[in-house]
Amino acid sequence: MIQISFILNGKKVKLETDENRRLIDILREDFSLTGTKEGCSIGECGACTIIMNKLAVNSCLVLAGQLIDSEILTIEGVSENGKLNVLQENFLKYGAVQCGYCTPGMIMSIYALLLKNNNPADEEIKEAIAGNLCRCTGYKQIIDAARATADTDMITDLSQ
Amino acid sequence: MSTKFIKSKFWVEDIKEEMMAEVPISVVEPWQKDKELKYVGKPESRKDAYDKVSGTAEYTFDKSFSQIAVAKTLRSPYPNAVIKKIDVSEAIKNKNVLGILTPDNCKDNDWYSGTSKLLDKKVRYNGDEIACIVAETEQDAEEALRLIKIEYEILPHVTDLEKAKLDTAAKINDHELKPREYNRGNLEEGLKEADIIVEDKFSTSVAVHNPLEPHCSVVKWDGEKLLVFDSTQGIWAVRDTVASQLGIPASNVRVIKKYMGGGFGGKLECGKYTVMAALLSKKIGRPVKIVLDRKEMNQAVGNRPSSVQELKIGAKKDGSITAISHNAYGTAGAFPGSAGCSWPARSLYKCPNMKLVDTTYYINAGKDRPFRAPGHVQGTFAFESIIDEAAEKLGMDPIEFRVKNFTAVDPDWNGPYTSKLLREAYIAGADKIRWKENRKKAGFGGGIVKTGYGMASQIWWGGGAPPSYAILKLNWDGSAELVSGTQDIGTGTYTILAQIVAEVLEIPTRKINVVLGDTGVCPFGAMSGGSMTAPSVGPAARDAAEKMLSKLKSAAAAILELSEDKLEYSEGVFSSKDDRSKTADFSKLFGHFREGVLVTQGAREANPEGYAINTFGAQFAKVDVNTLTGKVCVKHVVAAHDIGRVLNRKTLNNQFHGGIMMGLGFALLEERVIDNYTGKLLTTNLLDYKLPTIIETPEIDVIIVSEEDNKVNNIGAKGIGEPAMIPTAGAIANAVYNAIGVRIKDLPITPDKVLNALASKNN
Repeated sequence: MIQISFILNGKKVKLETDENRRLIDILREDFSLTGTKEGCSIGECGACTIIMNKLAVNSCLVLAGQLIDSEILTIEGVSENGKLNVLQENFLKYGAVQCGYCTPGMIMSIYALLLKNNNPADEEIKEAIAGNLCRCTGYKQIIDAARATADTDMITDLSQ
Repeated sequence: MSTKFIKSKFWVEDIKEEMMAEVPISVVEPWQKDKELKYVGKPESRKDAYDKVSGTAEYTFDKSFSQIAVAKTLRSPYPNAVIKKIDVSEAIKNKNVLGILTPDNCKDNDWYSGTSKLLDKKVRYNGDEIACIVAETEQDAEEALRLIKIEYEILPHVTDLEKAKLDTAAKINDHELKPREYNRGNLEEGLKEADIIVEDKFSTSVAVHNPLEPHCSVVKWDGEKLLVFDSTQGIWAVRDTVASQLGIPASNVRVIKKYMGGGFGGKLECGKYTVMAALLSKKIGRPVKIVLDRKEMNQAVGNRPSSVQELKIGAKKDGSITAISHNAYGTAGAFPGSAGCSWPARSLYKCPNMKLVDTTYYINAGKDRPFRAPGHVQGTFAFESIIDEAAEKLGMDPIEFRVKNFTAVDPDWNGPYTSKLLREAYIAGADKIRWKENRKKAGFGGGIVKTGYGMASQIWWGGGAPPSYAILKLNWDGSAELVSGTQDIGTGTYTILAQIVAEVLEIPTRKINVVLGDTGVCPFGAMSGGSMTAPSVGPAARDAAEKMLSKLKSAAAAILELSEDKLEYSEGVFSSKDDRSKTADFSKLFGHFREGVLVTQGAREANPEGYAINTFGAQFAKVDVNTLTGKVCVKHVVAAHDIGRVLNRKTLNNQFHGGIMMGLGFALLEERVIDNYTGKLLTTNLLDYKLPTIIETPEIDVIIVSEEDNKVNNIGAKGIGEPAMIPTAGAIANAVYNAIGVRIKDLPITPDKVLNALASKNN
């Protein structure tokens, strides 16, 4: 068992847990943050993507020990008081959602991209979600939603 | 009596179903073509989108209860074996292990049409279920599984389709599957009449559904009553299988499916895992969750059968087809299933003489399940490839050849179609991709990267059928709730049903809540498969809404003391045609009722007699083929389809884009690989089983050439889930040929096949 503390969706949290536990399990089981999904368990599908220290990572590949003093953002931390973030709104508006299982991961990957680049080229958007699999919708509408968000002032929205 | 019973006959997933259905006697007329609709057809955002983008949507995978225990399945490492002895003594020593099911202590229930058991001592593929352990945690369960000691008698196996055909092949079941044969006219005579004959052989891989949400169930007993949360496309199938497997009344089983991460046919039937979880949960008196991992997903819960297709077509100089021969075989795994794929050859074109034979062989592998347009995806690839070969031999343009053989009636029984705008689809698609200007002779272009254009046609059922029912509850405040026992598996059913009710009652969709996927509260609704859902449940929703409007009108007439024909209705308000000051809105009407909610039940009407009901379309592909690397890059796909009325353009686009990407995956990437020597599955994860990503995504255009189909049902709509995928692989394969002048006849078209084909062409 190890003691760890980290920032989760803006709040400092402390936890005693087994070293070998995966971040996805900690999020889903210890914090009931089930918006982060599991699809493949080997870092191939991207359904479990979260933002760790401003980078998009697969939470199935992060172990408890790596969390010490990190800053974690999950899909639940993207909207505030039930109000959707502009990127989430655009997923709705551009029809970038079908079954929705890959959606939180997609949003987190694009969110991470927009954090470091508020005017990405389409190729950069594609690269950002190249590790996120969608089996229902295809990807076109997801690019549209990302593009529209980049074209707004999302970055101010993010920094709040 | 406002309803009657009929024998409803319809095609679903390649099987002709016949079931009794209660249908309305007085049938609601479809909306007229020129009627301007306020809600139906509009690109409304999905009703469930907030939940999905915010992360609050609770999938079966997310479901939990206090005291929940976790079950995991032990699966056979061998492709064919008999279990001599199972020793679980070590496995159950850990106090965290709560219960275990093995063939020794499990009910001796039949599975797979009686060819196997829920847990069978004869295991027939690498992945076949042997035992199931429930423990405090997943880790406890997995560790315990490893401690089960099993003595196997290992039997010879066969996983290679060609070897499975031989008499010497290992026996998997005590019977063979019967070939399916279809004859029309006289094949030999037809071939004699032909001026040209083309003959070729094609093959396709086994593909696996691989929805992103794994198959999973969460079960909880409350006394004798069982609550099942399941990631399923068919709540009724799960309810009835669980009830009969457990020997309890169906009314004691309540199956709920709220949100679900994809199915594609693989989740149409009840899985063993659900039954095992229910048995273990009963045993330990605690809720149980069972989730399949990605390896199990690829082994044990269905696939698209492989195919080898020998095709021969005869045609006259003027282009008319005189004969079609299609001899297809494939494998559907170790249990009864069907690898049949000759439907496109039977139904796409006019042809007086044909012989079609479909044979399915057993191999030691996981059983097939319906997979987005069973048979049609692989059948269309091969058939539309040889159609292109025939056109080329005749010196005709592929579209011209197809139009020449267009049939205005179902060629099987000469019945008219409710609608068929296939020629319109050819024109619209060809126009969009600039077919005439862009498409050159096969292999024409120079350079390393060669560009090609190809197309393929599509036929499928998809008109829907009874039985499907919907209950509508209208509240005092003008809000409404529509309840139906179908499922929204991501396709947009919640949204389109709300739009249909909104259209009739003229209330905004935000005031309409749609409740689906709960056998405890819903009337029966169609399974989510076969492109059946929208055209089956949508008309039932409209029927319920029209009945509600009639009911309200009757009430308004009584309250206003006017005859009904003196009343008109608009957006929640009845008013007198003669005296505008006489009005009654919902609150006024409900002020006179004791109850705060009015209820109606609607039903899907009978299908029209004497018509064939099908969807049609054509897809066009532009590809770049790199002749040095062998890589095929799809640049553009144009989909032009006749699907009746568009219910929601946004959800329609999702379905088409998704279907085209799945077709692209089947054409270029996806392939289940089994090592024939050991019989073990090699593609056990999403790294080895390749799904298309954003990198493979081409430009996609979706054109709907139909405005409505006014014969098919009261909403004029047909299903689109399967039509969207059917012609994609054929169009891509034809485009690859057009690019490099050599045909790849085996899917997926991987770089090695392209390079080998180019090398053999150059030699």
